[in-house]
Parts: sequence; structure tokens; C-alpha cells
Amino acid sequence: MGAELVAQAPWWAWPLALFLVCFLLGIIAVPAGVGGGVLFVPIVAGFFPFHLDFVRGAGLLVALSGALAAAPRLLDGGMARLRLGLPLALVASASSIVGALVGLALPVHVVQVALGVTILGITLVMARARNSEFPRVDEPDALARALHIHGVFRDPGTGREIPWQVHRTPLGIVLFAGIGVLAGLFGLGAGWANLPVLNLVMGAPLKVAAGTSGFILSLVDSSAAWIYLNQGAVLPIIAAPSVIGMMLGARIGARLLGVVKAVTIRRLVVGLLLFAGLRALGKGLGIWT
Amino acid sequence: MTDNEQGRREAALLYARILAWGTRVGLAMLVLSFLAYAFGLVAPHVPIEEVPKLWSSPAPAYLQATGLQPGWDWARFVHRADMLSLAAIAFLASCSIACLAAAARIFFRIGERPVAVICLAEIAVLALAASGLLVAH
Repeated sequence: MGAELVAQAPWWAWPLALFLVCFLLGIIAVPAGVGGGVLFVPIVAGFFPFHLDFVRGAGLLVALSGALAAAPRLLDGGMARLRLGLPLALVASASSIVGALVGLALPVHVVQVALGVTILGITLVMARARNSEFPRVDEPDALARALHIHGVFRDPGTGREIPWQVHRTPLGIVLFAGIGVLAGLFGLGAGWANLPVLNLVMGAPLKVAAGTSGFILSLVDSSAAWIYLNQGAVLPIIAAPSVIGMMLGARIGARLLGVVKAVTIRRLVVGLLLFAGLRALGKGLGIWT
Repeated sequence: MTDNEQGRREAALLYARILAWGTRVGLAMLVLSFLAYAFGLVAPHVPIEEVPKLWSSPAPAYLQATGLQPGWDWARFVHRADMLSLAAIAFLASCSIACLAAAARIFFRIGERPVAVICLAEIAVLALAASGLLVAH
């Protein structure tokens, strides 16, 4: 009966449903502090009739559009830092190409299972991570010193100027290589991973980490998106309503930022991810089809 | 503010300005081309009502069914509505290249060669991804 409904629905029903779902995801993504891609891929892959190749291609574009739209304001306001973001983006965008090529070559049930496991892991990270507003960095490492990765952050809320520097840059680079692979493999975007690495591992102030994460996404998702595009894994009928819906929803989400309780929205997102992760795992293992 | 700090700020602002314009143009192209596709205003390569028969199959099957090759083959049909949407997406995925080139020029000028070289290396990575030379098997 369900399959019949899917087959008999007019062509516009699914893109319209996709637009509405993405609009809602956009509303909750901003106050929850996550990019759209991490919600989009498991939910759309789990409940829409599209092949995972096209869902991942669209997921990357959703994440890319959000990052591209946000990056200019973040750079302009000094939240995103080129010298912090560029070395990490270089490694992550190169590895995202590898992730995309591997993801498109693997059997779909393997990717589906790996996606389920990854989403459940992200749920755990989101539920447990406690970011630090201004992490203590006693001394920068040699690489950070050579690349002049430091600065002064002017807090727009208090007007206070806070000097910052980073440490453990080589470890950060290795972790970003892994993040890039995951972004390309699953089309997730990777803000959920960028932020803890920049903030908790390298010691960038929280707002600088969040801003620079958005800038890095704009480069990482660009390179992975090209691979999906050139492999035929981008369908305008899926990608366009998703991008438009998510961007319109995000505008409302940004307005809700000061109104709704971030903790409540975050709990909702963690619950959604848990459900979508279990669905992806069940689908991949053939026990929840 | 020292000359280097001024230069770094200039690089960030120029990057932001180019990216803001590129994103606006790319998103407008995507919306317009998709509307043209959805409402049949411009002839498509794959009729929109035929796509649901293909969207449950993997990407290689879609390419085969629509007579497209992996890589830039879609660009041959860029005058058709659905391929025009792909061109808009390609534009969005490319607009960072101009920003990186502009930032690299400023970083070279202020003597920050390592960051400038990283900008050029990132352009090379994006160009490699866009080239269509890398194929999944």
C-alpha cells in the first residue's frame, strides 16, 4: 500500500514534501547550532524514496548553500579567521574528495549502515559535548606560530577584546582529514565535528571556532559537491527544493534564536538524530525497510 | 594596526565581498532555473515527470538512462532547464575560487607567503575536484 502510494503520487508531491521538511529542518537547525546537512541526509534517506546517492549529493548542497550564505558575514565580523581556517580546509577538502569517491563506489547497504553508525556517534557527541567559551592555551605550537594563527577577538556582546592563539595544530589537521572523509562519504556537511575540534582540541574561542567552522564548510563541501555533480549524483528536482526550503527555514530559525530555549531545540535535534540514525542502521541491515 | 594586520583584514573583507556576490548570483540562478524546469518554461534534458522513475536507482543508472557520461558531459546541454540548474550548482561550488585567488594576492603582497601558498593549493584541490578526472568505480 505504501509502495503503491509512492508510485501513484504525482511528480510534484515529493519535491513539495521535501521543501516542507527542509523548511522545518532549517527552522530548528539554526537555534540548535547545527548545519542542515547532518539532519537532512539521515531523515531524507530514511523516509523519502530517493536513492542514497542523490540524497548525499543534495545534502552536500544544502550544507554548502548554508555555509556560503553565512561565510561572508562571519568573515566580515571577524568571527571566521582565514589563517585558522585555510590550512584545515585544505586538508579537509582534499580528503572530502576521497570520501566522496569511496562513498559513491561502495555498495549502498554498506554506506547506509556506516551512515547509521556515524549518525548515532554524532548524536552521542552532540548530547555530551560541552564546549568552552575561552579555552586556555598557554603556548601556541610551532606550526601555529609559523602560520601566524592568532588574533584578537572582539566580543560583540560585551565589547571586550580577547587575544587568542591555538595549540595542537598538527593533531587538528589529522582530525580534519578524517572530518573531510566523513563529509564526502555521507554528504553531511561537518559543522558538528569542526566545532569541537577547533574549540576543544585546538583551543580557539567558541565564537571564533563556530565562525571558522562555517568558513571551512564552504570549501570542504565545494570540493565534495563537484565529485557528486560530475558523477551524476545531483538531481535538480531533489537539490533545488531542499536548498530553497532549508535557506528559507534558516531565516526563521535565526529570528527564533533569541526567543526559543536552545537547550529544548537541541534536545529535539538529538532525538531526531537518534531516530534517523536507528532508521538508517535498520534500513542498511535490512531489518527496518 | 600594523601593515600586516591591515592586509589580513583587507584579505578577509575582500574574500567576504566576492563570496557574498557569488552566492547571491548562484542562488538566484538556482531558483530561476528550477522554476523554469518545474513550470516547463525551458525545455529540459530529462522531462521532470520522468525523474521519479529514475530517482530510486543509483547515479550511474541515472546517467545511463539519460544518455549522459560522468564528468562535464551535462554542460553540453546547458541550454536545457535541468542542466541549467546543474550549472547554477557548479557556479555555487566554484565561487570560492575567485575569493581564494584575491586573498592569495593580498597575502603575497604583505609577505605572508605560507598562507598565500595554502590559498593556491586550495584552488588546485577545487580545480581537481571540478575537473571530472576523478571517477568513482
